[in-house]
Amino acid sequence: MTDLTSLTIAEAREGLASQSFTSLELTDAHLAAIEAARSLNAFVLETPDQARAMARTVDAKIAKGEGGPLAGIPLGIKDLFATKDVRTTACSKILGNFVPPYESTVTSQLWRDGAVMLGKLNNDEFAMGSSNETSCFGPVVNPWRREGSNTTLVPGGSSGGSASAVAALLCMGATATDTGGSIRQPAAFTATVGVKPTYGRCSRWGIVAFASSLDQAGPIARTVRDSAILMRSMAGHDPKDTTSVDIGVPDYEAAVGKSVKGMKIGIPKEYRLDGMPAEIEKLWSEGAAWLKAAGAELVEVSLPHTKYALPAYYIVAPAEASSNLARYDGVRYGLRVPGRSIGELYENTRAEGFGDEVRRRVMIGTYVLSAGYYDAYYLRAQKVRTLIKKDFEDCFAKGISAILTPATPSAAFGVGEKGGADPVEMYLNDIFTVTVNMAGLPGIAVPAGKDAQGLPLGLQLIGRPFDEETLFSLGEVVEQAAGRFTPPRWW
Amino acid sequence: MSVDAATVRRIAHLARIAVTEAEVPHLQGELNAMLAFVEQLSEVNIDGVEPMTSVTPMEMKKRHDVVNDGEIPDDIVRNAPETQNHFFLVPKVVE
Repeated sequence: MTDLTSLTIAEAREGLASQSFTSLELTDAHLAAIEAARSLNAFVLETPDQARAMARTVDAKIAKGEGGPLAGIPLGIKDLFATKDVRTTACSKILGNFVPPYESTVTSQLWRDGAVMLGKLNNDEFAMGSSNETSCFGPVVNPWRREGSNTTLVPGGSSGGSASAVAALLCMGATATDTGGSIRQPAAFTATVGVKPTYGRCSRWGIVAFASSLDQAGPIARTVRDSAILMRSMAGHDPKDTTSVDIGVPDYEAAVGKSVKGMKIGIPKEYRLDGMPAEIEKLWSEGAAWLKAAGAELVEVSLPHTKYALPAYYIVAPAEASSNLARYDGVRYGLRVPGRSIGELYENTRAEGFGDEVRRRVMIGTYVLSAGYYDAYYLRAQKVRTLIKKDFEDCFAKGISAILTPATPSAAFGVGEKGGADPVEMYLNDIFTVTVNMAGLPGIAVPAGKDAQGLPLGLQLIGRPFDEETLFSLGEVVEQAAGRFTPPRWW
Repeated sequence: MSVDAATVRRIAHLARIAVTEAEVPHLQGELNAMLAFVEQLSEVNIDGVEPMTSVTPMEMKKRHDVVNDGEIPDDIVRNAPETQNHFFLVPKVVE
């Protein structure tokens, strides 16, 4: 029954509906795969009993013809999503053994639609990182390796566990979150499809907060169609999140395979970086050629403030993080390290509970918001953010349907290779993805090819606000042209 | 702009994170690397630009002023490190 893990969600949906196999069989196949892949460190908590119970319940419903859109599909959940009665840590020591008495809106919608939870997935601590190396549970291993090499590579981050698990066939799809590229960069590093929806499309309620004006939940899956199927269940208005937008959720899957003929696709000249590897350059041109062959028109566009997006992000995101993470005080939940006074208790708890990257960001965020520096840093960054968004608006006003860019400036790198001496080296991973968060737009990363060492590379498509459908149509064109990529199994 | 050792200690205190003297030089280097990186924003002309306050243009939604949740003290204190009779316990604050 091991073959069951290589099915797509769309294929499994058919098999379940025609009762060729049960959700319990599908779930067991995945639980066995997870057990055999513990060396990847993708799951931080396996929930086999709950998974089997959910599968049995949904099997009974399927038999009565009452299964939902995701009936019986086993998924992995990033440990940033609160899951009722199941430990949720954001992969931080400071949350310790936090067991939420509530369920995040996004995951509750997945269960409503019949999905099965296999367990909780590793991520960078509080989603702060681009390699999944900042997790208190240790780094996740990328199932991809360079040809002829045993070097352990990172899966990207912060949704590294989600990407690794989906690529290694441990779950059929996974939830993820994206604040600066945390869905799209790991997707690109693992040859999976990652969707960062428009800000406001998915409820943030019950997701551990990092930077609230940038955070969005989205799916990681193995095909564009599967990502569209998951999106439909994850999206939707939620009165519990005031930034959640009250507009209808389209049938995203219907957009997969739709013609892209006549669409104007922007190629932003500012994304052509000095020293960009020739392979990335080539991948980008190939992607453009595929879209052109499908009838789209390619137009060079300008997004003049692109280079300022990453520095502005490293003011806005830490500022919001320093405020959001103020709640971890050792009093109401999580870790507590005693002190002689309440002040000492706070300081000791936070020193012990936060890892290096989180501490660094909380401190920089505290600094840029502090008296005397607010205008020079935070206010200026928020103005630059307005300009970044305007760049995109100007572009879309000229009739551009979507923008094509590389997803990352390189393929996956080795564990411990980046950011050791200078944190900024790691931050540069998000150079192509972070603009999208700053402008609140939707973006999709689709596998598009391999580098000379056999590692996957991805392309990114950026859409108009709330027009994820166009991204699914264009993404499908890329997937059809590039094919799909599966890592050879070595673990 | 860059921060000195005294500023690092002040920021750590504002952030309520205990920092040992030995950690200060290292943290100072990291924070200054980040500040040097964001320095390039000073070359952007922001005259007359409104700061972004909401990424999606939408009116602030307001909730009805009604109680719609509550009576769950067990849930509220369930994850707390130290509690007594539905109260959170902290070191003595008032002498």
